[in-house]
Amino acid sequence: MKEKVVLDLSHLPLHATGTASLTFWGTSAFMLIEGSGFALAIAVYLYLMANAPSWPLNAPPPDLLPGTILTVLLLASLVPNLLVTRWAGQRDLRKVRIGLVIMSIFGIVPLVPRIFEFPALNIRWDDNAYGSILWVMLGLHTTHILTDLADTLVLTCLMFSRHGDNLRRYGDVEDNALYWNFVVATWLPLYGCIYWIPRL
Amino acid sequence: MNSSSTAQVLDVEVEREDLEPRLRRTWQSGKGIWGALTTVDHKIIARRYIVTAFVFLALGGVLALVMRVQLAFPEARFLSADRYNQIFTTHGSNMMFLFAVPVMEAMGVYLVPLMVGTRNIAFPRLNAFSYWIFLAGGLVLWIAVALDAAPDVGWFAYVPLSGPEYGAGKRADIWAQMITFTELSALAVAVEIVVTVFKQRAPGMSLDRIPVFVWSMLVTSFLVIIAMPAIMFASSSLILDRLVGTHFYNPAEGGDVLLWQHLFWFFGHPEVYIIFLPAVGMVSAMISPFSQRPVFGYLALVIALIATGLLSFGLWVHHMFVAGLPPSGSSFFTASSMAIAIPAGTQIFCFLATLWSGRPIFKTPMLFVIGFLITFVMGGMTGVMVASVPLDTQVHDTYFVVAHFHYVLVGGAVFPLVGAIYYWFPKMTGRMMSEKLGRIVFGMIFAGFHLTFFPMHILGLAGMPRRVYTYPPELPWSGMNLFVSVSAFVLAAGFGLFFIDAIRSLRSGKVAGPNPWNCASLEWATASPPPPYNFARIPVVQSRDPLWQASSELPVATGLRVDRRELVVSSVVAAEPEARESSPADSIWPLVAALATTVMLIGSMFSAWAVVWGAVPIAIALTCWFWPKRTPEDES
Amino acid sequence: MKQVSIVSCLFLAVFTAGCTGVQSALDPRGPAAADLLRIILFFVFVCTSVFLLVMGALVWSLLRKPSREESKGAQERQISVVVTAAIVSTAAIIVLLTVVSFTSDRFPEYKEASSAAILARGEQWWWRFDYDGDDRSPGFQTANELHIPVGQDVRLRLQATDVIHSFWVPSLAGKQDLVPGRDNTITLHAERPGIYRGQCAEFCGLQHAHMALEVVAQEPEAYRQWVESQRRSAVVSQVAAVIAGRDVFMRKPCIAGRDVFMRKPCAACHTIRGTEAKGTSGPDLTHVASRRLLAAGVLQNSAGSLAAWIADPQTIKPGNNMPLVPMTSEELRQVTAFLETLR
Repeated sequence: MKEKVVLDLSHLPLHATGTASLTFWGTSAFMLIEGSGFALAIAVYLYLMANAPSWPLNAPPPDLLPGTILTVLLLASLVPNLLVTRWAGQRDLRKVRIGLVIMSIFGIVPLVPRIFEFPALNIRWDDNAYGSILWVMLGLHTTHILTDLADTLVLTCLMFSRHGDNLRRYGDVEDNALYWNFVVATWLPLYGCIYWIPRL
Repeated sequence: MNSSSTAQVLDVEVEREDLEPRLRRTWQSGKGIWGALTTVDHKIIARRYIVTAFVFLALGGVLALVMRVQLAFPEARFLSADRYNQIFTTHGSNMMFLFAVPVMEAMGVYLVPLMVGTRNIAFPRLNAFSYWIFLAGGLVLWIAVALDAAPDVGWFAYVPLSGPEYGAGKRADIWAQMITFTELSALAVAVEIVVTVFKQRAPGMSLDRIPVFVWSMLVTSFLVIIAMPAIMFASSSLILDRLVGTHFYNPAEGGDVLLWQHLFWFFGHPEVYIIFLPAVGMVSAMISPFSQRPVFGYLALVIALIATGLLSFGLWVHHMFVAGLPPSGSSFFTASSMAIAIPAGTQIFCFLATLWSGRPIFKTPMLFVIGFLITFVMGGMTGVMVASVPLDTQVHDTYFVVAHFHYVLVGGAVFPLVGAIYYWFPKMTGRMMSEKLGRIVFGMIFAGFHLTFFPMHILGLAGMPRRVYTYPPELPWSGMNLFVSVSAFVLAAGFGLFFIDAIRSLRSGKVAGPNPWNCASLEWATASPPPPYNFARIPVVQSRDPLWQASSELPVATGLRVDRRELVVSSVVAAEPEARESSPADSIWPLVAALATTVMLIGSMFSAWAVVWGAVPIAIALTCWFWPKRTPEDES
Repeated sequence: MKQVSIVSCLFLAVFTAGCTGVQSALDPRGPAAADLLRIILFFVFVCTSVFLLVMGALVWSLLRKPSREESKGAQERQISVVVTAAIVSTAAIIVLLTVVSFTSDRFPEYKEASSAAILARGEQWWWRFDYDGDDRSPGFQTANELHIPVGQDVRLRLQATDVIHSFWVPSLAGKQDLVPGRDNTITLHAERPGIYRGQCAEFCGLQHAHMALEVVAQEPEAYRQWVESQRRSAVVSQVAAVIAGRDVFMRKPCIAGRDVFMRKPCAACHTIRGTEAKGTSGPDLTHVASRRLLAAGVLQNSAGSLAAWIADPQTIKPGNNMPLVPMTSEELRQVTAFLETLR
């Protein structure tokens, strides 16, 4: 088949960010997958609760302190997260480097209260189904934090390397920040489920 | 400052006759074993996927024949109860998880980038990773079969039979982890397809111009994304119950036996549409050139696809009608299960309208389209029957249901798939399959299928339950079972001939040009088989049937680089070009990451700590995977 | 004529000797199954008609030769009208079938009050039936053979002790699962006396294929007599049998067999009311000789089968929960003779 040239693409940029970035869409799809998973975990929690004669099952409600500290920390982390996104959009390398170091710290620090949250649940995973779903919910979210933390740490190293000042990296920073928003956002309904539903 | 190379070489700067060799140098995968292990070419990976899936089909078919030998005579002793239970479990699990879903995904992986006019699928390294994970999952299951450790709890693995108390050994864990492998693989492909379809379409290919097959893969991918987490949760929590003592499914400690069924079928029902919708898309593609007109009712077909996808999430309880749930709840699911016949019927009517107003050409793919219409509609009729709660109380868990789902799965998915192989074989290999043998294959498969599965409707109504390794001679089932078993060999022979023709045609089939069937979609605009870069110049699309509309001159775009792998990113709705994007080069890291993941997943069948230790090599592999290299692909 | 009728009676006896109960949704023997068959036939009729219509359209479409002069636009519009009509008709038929399905969910009231409730428990791979007692008489337990009075609703409570099973006697009713942790129920109603066979219809492990049951529907008087005899303990039955002069030659082996039963592990799993045997993990054997079949439908109940079963249950029904209890052939003969007295 003969060809006829009707369009010239050479003026287009070599890479774009935001909705024109493939990794933005990939990250969004991944968020949809994880979000479905979390929604299901909450559905399982509610199902088991509906089946149970009393709730929580043979245990006091989880202690509020570690979980609430963690929630506050995560919410607070949204501020530097937003700033990092903005700085990445401006392609300000110095500020992005600082921001990523801060976000790395904000990824590590919540792990401390998280470690205390598990015993604060006041039940073991193998005591009964209530214990099982609590530990799975908390475990899933912890995996979430850990994987995004690993991502943030690698990105931080990258931004300090010779590959740092590249539009692609700024796009990666924006995607990573988006995903951190998601990590915080999924925590909120889980927090409500784990700590407040038993107190209703 | 940006590390952009000063020496960008655009395609317009190269002589036309040098263009393709330059592009080939840039896009070609490596040679030999290393090339095979590092390729990220969607066409190579998809062909691997398709061949592997068909190997699993053949293995699953052998299992079916073995079962039919056992069931040919009452109280036969060809297979022990234990072996039979392993075999029927493996047959179902293999067919659903290792053949049906992967082969449909693979056809999408091959065709979608070509049909939307781009040079590679989105996230090509993830694509490579997904194949290795799929292969690993298949090997886990089949090595277990060889070691007499195959799962024996049915493909649906109901608790408590598969739970810690009654599921001895590692069999159920192998089943659950095989699920994890295949779901991971399917989710990866789903993400790639969504992003390819949304963002990598050729300029001008607005959403209302993409082929119906691409729509079907898009809807299917969303089904995968939303449904697979349910089975991941289910299989993982089953392993947790078995390994570390959680009580999700233990009624004595607050768990619930039916929770498993809810989770499994919430995934399980969309699963069958994940298998069926791509097949409907294939029929839409094939029926057009063989009716010599565009398929009728594009908008209706697309809406039907989306409606089917959405509705499919509201049917799952119809697998639980006799479990003892409240009748009002079950009745809702009767209504929704019947309602899905409306979009399905819409699709059938559009196909009939296409045939009626077109001028049919009876080549082999068309024969399979006709086979689909006959067989799937029959399966849909029995589907409406089992959707009714009272009717289902008699036929649930009997051979009637076995007949129903084989009619809809084989009729609705396998017939279109075999037709699709005949149809796209020239594009994938550059050679035609045999028309003459194709007719014989169709005849044997069609006749063999109906002779094997139609009597099962009667067997079920006559009282024969399913999943039984034998039956008593006093009941009037022997004659029909023997008939079914003999017919199964006819069906198998048909498939055997199909495989022989495919292999033979690879070497000595008639050489095919770019568009042997005179089709309209973009994959037929390039050579057969396509070069590594798919299109020397990206097409510009101005209608739904580009090759028919363009007739002699295909509009194309220029301005892409030839010194790096580059393609076009366009907007979601109107496909306006937004950016040039690089496509990753070959890499060994997907394989390494897949190996690390495999080790972790196998380890976690034996110890929960494997997840912790196993995460470290995976993290290292992923870091190496994503760490940028100083290549032109990293420029921005 | 007389000879013919004698011969045909003999013929009938020979054929029905190994005869099995009827197990088919196409052969209803109770109002529930009859209702279900009517629904099945209605659906088959509607669906077959639709299928033939669609196939007719397919054949016509393939054979039709469209003329070239037809205007494309007008034709597309005409086709749209027809396709829309087809979709609307499909929706209408779907609604009809759904409504028919809903109205059939409510079965008509049957006459006669329910008789005493029966508890059915599914175990790997047999059926345990517990009949309630009342103020005057004790309840009793039997295995794999359920007797019900004809012409009455009989409610069964369904429980599972290990994995999910499903109670299915197609000639009487649709199936219902037995789910651990849940209490389900099913109602049976037989119109005429007869033997109706059923099978577990949910895959429950190794010997799922050999988990059959028989529902024996009897006239009310015969049913009452059966219940009375089942309520009696073994000692009473045995004494009665001996006094009645039956089994005189078997008296010694019977008594020796009783010792074998109590000495060997048998009593650890089986109950024989009126003796020291009080095990509960296996079937109640108080009236084992009164049952038609053994091992959940695997064997006809005869002295030979019973002996074979006791000698090697694992070869007959591999993987089932009854172990091979080693005993000499003399012990086997004795314990079989003893069990044969438990009518």
